[in-house]
Amino acid sequence: MIDFLDALLDPLRSGLGRRALAEVALLGALGGGLSFWVTSYRLSYAAESLAHGLLPGAVAAVLIGLPVAAGAGVGVLLAALLVAAAARDERIGVEAATAVAVSGLLGLGALLALAPESPQRLEELLFGDPLSVTGGDLAVAGAAVGAAGAALAALHRPLTAVAFDREGARAAGVKPALVSAALLALVAVGLAVAVRGLGNLLALAVLVAPAVAVRGRVRTPAGAVVGGAVVAVVAGMAGVALSFALGLATGASVALALCAAAVAGAALPAVRPERPRARPAAPAG
Amino acid sequence: MSEAAVEADGLSASYGGGPALSGVSFSLAHGQTLCVLGPNGGGKTTLFRVLAGDLDAETGSARVDGRPAHLPQGDRPRLDFPVTALDVALMGSLAHGRWWLPPRRHERAAAHAALERVGLQTSEHERFGSLSGGQRQRVLLARALVQDARVLLLDEPLGGVDPASAERITALFAELRAEGRAVLVSTHDVDSARGFDRVLCLNRRQVAFGTPDQTLGREVLEATYGAEIVVLDGGRRAVTVQHHAH
Repeated sequence: MIDFLDALLDPLRSGLGRRALAEVALLGALGGGLSFWVTSYRLSYAAESLAHGLLPGAVAAVLIGLPVAAGAGVGVLLAALLVAAAARDERIGVEAATAVAVSGLLGLGALLALAPESPQRLEELLFGDPLSVTGGDLAVAGAAVGAAGAALAALHRPLTAVAFDREGARAAGVKPALVSAALLALVAVGLAVAVRGLGNLLALAVLVAPAVAVRGRVRTPAGAVVGGAVVAVVAGMAGVALSFALGLATGASVALALCAAAVAGAALPAVRPERPRARPAAPAG
Repeated sequence: MSEAAVEADGLSASYGGGPALSGVSFSLAHGQTLCVLGPNGGGKTTLFRVLAGDLDAETGSARVDGRPAHLPQGDRPRLDFPVTALDVALMGSLAHGRWWLPPRRHERAAAHAALERVGLQTSEHERFGSLSGGQRQRVLLARALVQDARVLLLDEPLGGVDPASAERITALFAELRAEGRAVLVSTHDVDSARGFDRVLCLNRRQVAFGTPDQTLGREVLEATYGAEIVVLDGGRRAVTVQHHAH
């Protein structure tokens, strides 16, 4: 038992492990923070589609020696543009357009990755590997998380107003379509960061599971954002530690830890609503 | 000559098919209240959407003094969303810009005051979803008040609310009028229209516009509501028989 507990600390004893912990902390902080908005705006399917659609960009980045996050960012932008263009044809519809565009991009990414001249890294792109992150990857991820975090904080009030009441927010001068587009752009950044550690098939875990874990346990949207980020960082680090201790694939372990947190959070009873705090009544007269 | 608060001239609007509303011309001064009467699908919400700037007029023109505060119709807000009555009222301050910063002290004070005006000062920290239907409507009205607009567009603010809330909201119309604001209210309640300065009757077109005495007669009401109205007491009272989809 002591050996197992000691093994959990193994990631701290090597540069490889410390970089993996830093990677999951970064992707957890952004993805977990975004997860409340992804579920509130019902964007889980869109996020999954974008995650799959970014594969060609990620493969292209590997082929030309760029950070995967940068290629994934371009790939996710391409996927979003393709989906938007296809969805403009009313005969097709958004869902069918998304399915066709994303399947096509996933197929293209697989073709590129399986080409003889491609390095043997398809598995890593599909399922992620936090152990392979470099200092450069961390720098790119850190910059992206900082910028996206600042944008998320700035957008907090409009995001809250639109999620609560889209028509009412419009009446108060907010432009819901712009807010939704900004959120989708932040989700794209979150995916670009997460794909290095979790791969394009598992990245969705960090954008949905933390919100499920904290739902029913938060009293404010800000609490849900912070709570989601904390859950994602803790679960992600636990996943890395367990993968070291048990000799498992790190990306998959992190994804499983995030999903386990969601299951545990959903199974626990919800907190009761806060009792109203009455303000002191104004003196009569 | 003082400028009108709201003006429409030969206004028509549609959602891509046939006209949802046509031939609307009226003018409302500051410090006046207008009741917009009509059956479901009669164009009341369409008119408010045009005046709020959400929908373009197909022909004619509409002019509103400043950006109006608009209380849209229906039970749209999410009841499971973790916000309090105060949070919702504060959303009205987004109309003042600076959306990227937390609410300022005077914006918080305005939200407290608005909730007090609608009689919910003791419920401001309660979850929106845990309030009654009438209380929720009053919170949404407080959100519109926080916008501090010269023109208010209130689409069915009395729909489905309890009598106490309805009384509170109706009293507020008079207060807003006394402050020099123009208040436009859509409703099905023909009797409550008698308390307004002007009445606009719509049935996909303008049927009548004028004072309650000029507009609330049997002929106009039957042209407005058709088979959906029962006129009682020789035209002195009327009730609508609306068929809502559930």
